[in-house]
Amino acid sequence: MPWRIEVALKQGVRDARAARVQRELREHLGIDLTAVRTLDVYTIDADLTPEEIAAAAHGPFCDPVIQEVAIDAPLAGEFDILIEVGYRPGVTDNVGRTAKEAIQYQIGRPFAAGEGVYTSVQYLLSGPVDVALAEKIAAGFLANGLIQRWTIVSSDRFDRIKGLPATVPKVQVTAASEVHEVNLDVSDAELLALSKAGMLALNLDEMRTIQAYIRDPQVLAARAAVGLGALLTDCEIEALAQTWSEHCKHKIFAARIDYLDTTTGKREEINSLFKSYIVRATKDIRAAQGKDDICLSVFKDNAGVIRFTDDWSLVFKVETHNSPSALDPYGGALTGIVGVNRDAFATGMGARLLFNTDVFCFASPFYDQPLPPRLLPPRRIFEGVVEGVEHGGNKSGIPTVNGSLVFDDRFVGKPLVYCGTGSIMPATLHGKPCHEKAARVGDRIVMVGGRIGKDGIHGATFSSEELHEGSPVTAVQIGDPITQRRMLDFLIIARDRGLYSSITDNGAGGLSSSIGEMGQDTGGFELHLDRAPLKYPGLQPWEILISEAQERMTVAVPPEKLEAFLTLSREMDVESTDLGQFTASGYYHCLYEGKTVTWLSMEFLHDGVPQMVIPAVWTPPNLSEPQLPADFNVQTALLNLLGSLNICSKESVVRRYDHEVQAGTIVKPLTGVVNDGPSDAAVVRPLADSYVGTVVAHGICPRYSDIDTYPMMANAIDEGLRNYVAVGGKIDHVAGLDNFCWCDPIKSDKTPDGEYKAAQLVRANQALYDYCVAFGVPLISGKDSMKNDYQIGETKISIPPTVLFSVIGKIDDVRLATTMDAKRAGDLVYLLGVTANELGASELYAQLGELGAHVPQVDATTALARYRSLNAAQTAGLIASCHDLSDGGLAVALAETAFSGGLGMRIDLSKVETRGELSAAQILFSESASRLLVTVHPENQGRFTSLFARQSCSLLGEVTTTAQLQVVDANNCSLIAASLDEMKAAWQAPLREM
Amino acid sequence: MTKVNAIVITGNGTNCEREVAAACTLAGADRADIVHIAELLAGRVRLDDYQFLNLAGGFLDGDDLGSAKAGANRLKHAAIRGSNEHLVEQIDRFIAAGKLIMGVCNGFQLMVKMGLLPALSGDHHTQSATLTFNDCGRFQDRWAYLKVDPASPCIYTQGIQGGVYLPVRHGEGKFVADTETLAAIDAGHLAAVKYSDSDYREPVIDFPANPNGAMDAIAGICDPTGRLFGLMPHPEAYVDRTQHPRWTRDENLPAEGMGLWLYRNAVDFIRRGI
Repeated sequence: MPWRIEVALKQGVRDARAARVQRELREHLGIDLTAVRTLDVYTIDADLTPEEIAAAAHGPFCDPVIQEVAIDAPLAGEFDILIEVGYRPGVTDNVGRTAKEAIQYQIGRPFAAGEGVYTSVQYLLSGPVDVALAEKIAAGFLANGLIQRWTIVSSDRFDRIKGLPATVPKVQVTAASEVHEVNLDVSDAELLALSKAGMLALNLDEMRTIQAYIRDPQVLAARAAVGLGALLTDCEIEALAQTWSEHCKHKIFAARIDYLDTTTGKREEINSLFKSYIVRATKDIRAAQGKDDICLSVFKDNAGVIRFTDDWSLVFKVETHNSPSALDPYGGALTGIVGVNRDAFATGMGARLLFNTDVFCFASPFYDQPLPPRLLPPRRIFEGVVEGVEHGGNKSGIPTVNGSLVFDDRFVGKPLVYCGTGSIMPATLHGKPCHEKAARVGDRIVMVGGRIGKDGIHGATFSSEELHEGSPVTAVQIGDPITQRRMLDFLIIARDRGLYSSITDNGAGGLSSSIGEMGQDTGGFELHLDRAPLKYPGLQPWEILISEAQERMTVAVPPEKLEAFLTLSREMDVESTDLGQFTASGYYHCLYEGKTVTWLSMEFLHDGVPQMVIPAVWTPPNLSEPQLPADFNVQTALLNLLGSLNICSKESVVRRYDHEVQAGTIVKPLTGVVNDGPSDAAVVRPLADSYVGTVVAHGICPRYSDIDTYPMMANAIDEGLRNYVAVGGKIDHVAGLDNFCWCDPIKSDKTPDGEYKAAQLVRANQALYDYCVAFGVPLISGKDSMKNDYQIGETKISIPPTVLFSVIGKIDDVRLATTMDAKRAGDLVYLLGVTANELGASELYAQLGELGAHVPQVDATTALARYRSLNAAQTAGLIASCHDLSDGGLAVALAETAFSGGLGMRIDLSKVETRGELSAAQILFSESASRLLVTVHPENQGRFTSLFARQSCSLLGEVTTTAQLQVVDANNCSLIAASLDEMKAAWQAPLREM
Repeated sequence: MTKVNAIVITGNGTNCEREVAAACTLAGADRADIVHIAELLAGRVRLDDYQFLNLAGGFLDGDDLGSAKAGANRLKHAAIRGSNEHLVEQIDRFIAAGKLIMGVCNGFQLMVKMGLLPALSGDHHTQSATLTFNDCGRFQDRWAYLKVDPASPCIYTQGIQGGVYLPVRHGEGKFVADTETLAAIDAGHLAAVKYSDSDYREPVIDFPANPNGAMDAIAGICDPTGRLFGLMPHPEAYVDRTQHPRWTRDENLPAEGMGLWLYRNAVDFIRRGI
């Protein structure tokens, strides 16, 4: 019989969890309860004595100062409705895992196979609530039905002696392990049906290519030799589907695109966007930089690697985890951050994790329109994603140093969750470059970390489709930061002892992808699926092959080092299992209980996917500039902009992320006289014995895509670099990462405007090449997520085409970094850069419900000269503060600089250098690119201005002691006279309570 | 001169081991070893060879059973392989020898939940206080002013005028104890640091100066000997001026951070002979 232990807070102890539930139910569901209490429940399914259970209950499970505990008896006091929420069978239960380990330490012996501890939380609600409303609360707020189950009991039906019965959510699988064969000798319609029913996400062309492969007599002969027949096995078709998925193979970026620009009538054929624009940009830049080339490893590994110092190299990767976050925001986001941690770790021979970055794109949390089926309320997505990344980052001990929240109601269909991680590795390891690795023939295939379950099956193919009715729930996973932390602690020691020759993480596609990729080093492998450790019995061989169960790495271990590797692993409480070996057979060879279940040519698997052909037609939208309303008031507009979701303070979120662990965050996300101003970028000092720093920043401006994705991309690049140089990053030592999130760009019945979306993709790539080359910023890594649409029934919601451009680089001495807050009264205020009539897709127009036409254009040549001069001024210590101009333009930058420094400013708007005649509103709110607001101590004025001699550098006014931003026109008429307090209050209001 | 050998235990979710070791080194320790607990449990490293034990910040076992609860359970029950000894016996010996233990954040939670603090009657095995969820219900990363009690026996805060300014980064930092325990802590001046106003004049109960709602504004406590000390804020995260959140605003900020004072006091105390 399972035991049930309940733990409750003692009378009078504040229940913070319950208080939050009560508050949120009131604020968001309008349910005003008189009281909420919560209990923790442990269900123990193990052969233990009553004494052992009591020791656990009163030991690790209960805090004697504030908690009480009961065994097989209820602790619920007064309530009207009881809701108990636990996990569904097979869902990762981190607390249950820790509880089990705690008991094992107490009893000094391990649990038997199949024994376990399961946790749940009991919510005791008092007030106007019945069972029906409780069902709504459970389903819509307390739990996520995809991963959790709940029990609801009203007070009058509750057994006050026995409480709730113990229920064990154990996975019960009785199916025998079998390998099925799949007949592809069928009609086209049946091929497509097979793809759809099996969640393979393969198109007809791809299914036909596989059909042709299995009809090839030579292939059949080779198969016969290993005991396989003329039909593909389920393992083989799944391996192909994973490897050929959009997620893993980037088929859209590899496609042949037939691009027509109707404005010029020019037609061109682009053979792979990836090769033509991204790879070529980096190649051209590296060639031009010659000995100053900073790239060490680009595109080929889990992350990009650049030079840092003579002794150290920097690694950076940014991923998206959009689809899982749409279904389970907490689990999806948590898995996103711990997943990209593995990428940044498993690059080269392994790298120590240094920082995280997060950028989230959401619909407004205050969105109040009716939601189509299967979509979660934006507020829930916001809460869940923020909390998932909080737990993933904080628990892993990695500071979250940089990020953004971007709001647009089209993200209601799919939120974008970008998670990035930087890491650091020695330049050389055991005499070889640390950023290089290769598995060798004969190396053992060792899987390290967590066990395999049904979690995450079909994650790779699922994210290669739009969110639809049949989207699988097994695609959702919950990360386990502690199991991962143990694994990484172990692996870094194994790295330093030289115990392996290659490493890669198990992410999308699971073992199939990780071993398939590593096997390319040697030209084949032999993998025994039955040797893989499972969370519970009953997995089919194909499920073992493609499960995306988390916290796993695949490592190539030379046979002579296997014993040392496994011994160290055991000592450090990490599970490692020898699953086979790398070979030179030329085949992707899996066995189950000694019998061959896959025999696929490595060449076909990796190079056999047919190239897609995508039509793209660019016809610019017909747009015009709006007239500002007659009663337009610039001060009111400024206050409204400060309080808009895209501009307002994100402090409530920033403070939930540990941004200082590792003690190297030198420019923190919040800065200024009371630590609450918005930093442009982060400076991190990774080495305790040196003041050299790394700088990380990003740019993102999806609104501009509504006019043209070419300037959208140009502005994202410029914004990333502008933020980077604002804090002191060296413009000549910086690399970029592009993360494309697009809506489906392939023309079809579902996507009639595919040609336009594909043209938008082409134009963004053209700008990516043009501006990276012009700025001399090589791309080192990136990712694309191409199916960010929602489609159920007649409702289709597509995200705006969005690119996150992240940058990483260097500052020689962190003590020369600059922050954005005004420092001292009497300092001179300069604007670097020209302001033009460029309010198209600006934040101001968005506020007015307009789009406009004049989207900002980027002039990379003048921008680059400006950024270099700024670097020179920073190195000479001439910059008191520096803040980039972006959303909301000059007015917002002035306000932020002033209130962050707690100092006023007096600004003469007529001193702004403009292109053409501009109105005051245009000068204040234009979003012209490449501009920076700088304050300078008067004693440095001469040296400062001489550095900007032939550039746009306008002296606008000075920093004052009056707590007010004053902006006047040429006639000295006041345009803005706003107190620091009112501006800051407006800026802090929207998300303060989130 | 006595050697000062510092050890920082890591593993199972400890996160701040590197910066704690760096702070010990900066403070003048002869050695500051980061040791994975597996090394201790394998019997290859022994606490007896050290004088200064550091329990660093992090999330032991994910704080899954409450902050540091599972970690405390491990330290109490884990056995040294190939011997009859338990790790807790090495810790007892370490304390009996008058050596120093400092726990920061999760390390403080660990000490309190093991019973190492406040250990009012010299019993180091029974929990008598706790650290629980912040009143605001959220993890908080923010800097806090800590008033130092000059009458405290705490070795680590000796000679500090006024107080120190340090970052807190936790979700479960609210110090809670019953009235008698609080009275004894007060009487013994064991609450060496309390959350305060920015002039270090008065303890503060209200958010955000007191970031978690700690009773009596307690940020850290020592045992009656002053040798065992734990605190929620992170002294190892302010040893250099560039770690201060406003270092770009204040040209007169000293090169050395205030957190280093605590480590230097510990090292100097050991150096003088325990």
